[in-house]
Amino acid sequence: MSGLEVVFGAFAVLAVASGLLAVTSPRVVHCALWLVVSLGSVAGVYLVLGAEIVALVQLLVYVGAVVVLVLFALMLTRAPIAASRDLDAGPGQRAAAAVAAVAVAGVVGGTLMVVVGDTVIGVDTGRGDPRSVGAALFGGWLLPFELLSVLLLAALVAAIAISRPDDPPTPEDAP
Amino acid sequence: MTPPVDGPTLHLVGPVVLAAALAGVGVYGLLARRNAVLVLIGAELLLNAAGVLLVAGSALPSGGLAALKSTSQSNPVETADPLLAGQSLTIFVITIAAAEIGVALAVVLLLFRARRTSDLTAVRELGEASPTYTETPEKVSP
Repeated sequence: MSGLEVVFGAFAVLAVASGLLAVTSPRVVHCALWLVVSLGSVAGVYLVLGAEIVALVQLLVYVGAVVVLVLFALMLTRAPIAASRDLDAGPGQRAAAAVAAVAVAGVVGGTLMVVVGDTVIGVDTGRGDPRSVGAALFGGWLLPFELLSVLLLAALVAAIAISRPDDPPTPEDAP
Repeated sequence: MTPPVDGPTLHLVGPVVLAAALAGVGVYGLLARRNAVLVLIGAELLLNAAGVLLVAGSALPSGGLAALKSTSQSNPVETADPLLAGQSLTIFVITIAAAEIGVALAVVLLLFRARRTSDLTAVRELGEASPTYTETPEKVSP
């Protein structure tokens, strides 16, 4: 077992354990903060796999932006800060959810394990540096990249349009 | 199987097991939570499982596992995928996830403004048929 595999295993265990806490914790703010740990560990996994730019994007977008959005939504929906039993479904649904989760993990992991077998990949850090990723993104992936910027603009406009309160026009507004 | 390049190597089993575990945790979060924001946390974990698989796959040569078997003796630089499909697609997935959670949280906020709750089991009907529907939802003071 190489040192790289030890580091990978540590990040993987951290990601799964904190992910489990994020979906089971009875305190909403703790859920969001465990999500930070989990997504940060996934960024570490990306680093171990030699994809440094993807790891940085993961840290910036997920840990920086998405978790802040989640925290804002929790604040704006007046989520209870103290431990609450209302966050989880009943015990029957939770048991069914656990069965479904184990089934999904088993099917995904089992199928992929049969496919990849004992494949060993070489970790080439030179393929994840900014130059090569940038050349790929602005070369062969240019059209999807531009489409993605249109998607982001559409999502921005949609989020504003959805969340804006549509006030009925008041007499002062009339000319 | 011999590694395609010199230098540090990694068993592909690790990323596969991690992706499967993250997918399972994400599915549990999606199904077992009642708070709408916490359901979205499960969705984020699911998307990260896909990202781990894509990044692990980007370490394979162009053509994937089949190419690894046939070209392990040849020059790895020639067989390296010039498009970096795995890493590029992971960046795309992260971007789409950001767009998705932005719109989804706006919907959750709208739901809270209209019904004063973000409990998904309390919202069983849409529109005017719902007993919690109000014609003029009161504003949420900041």
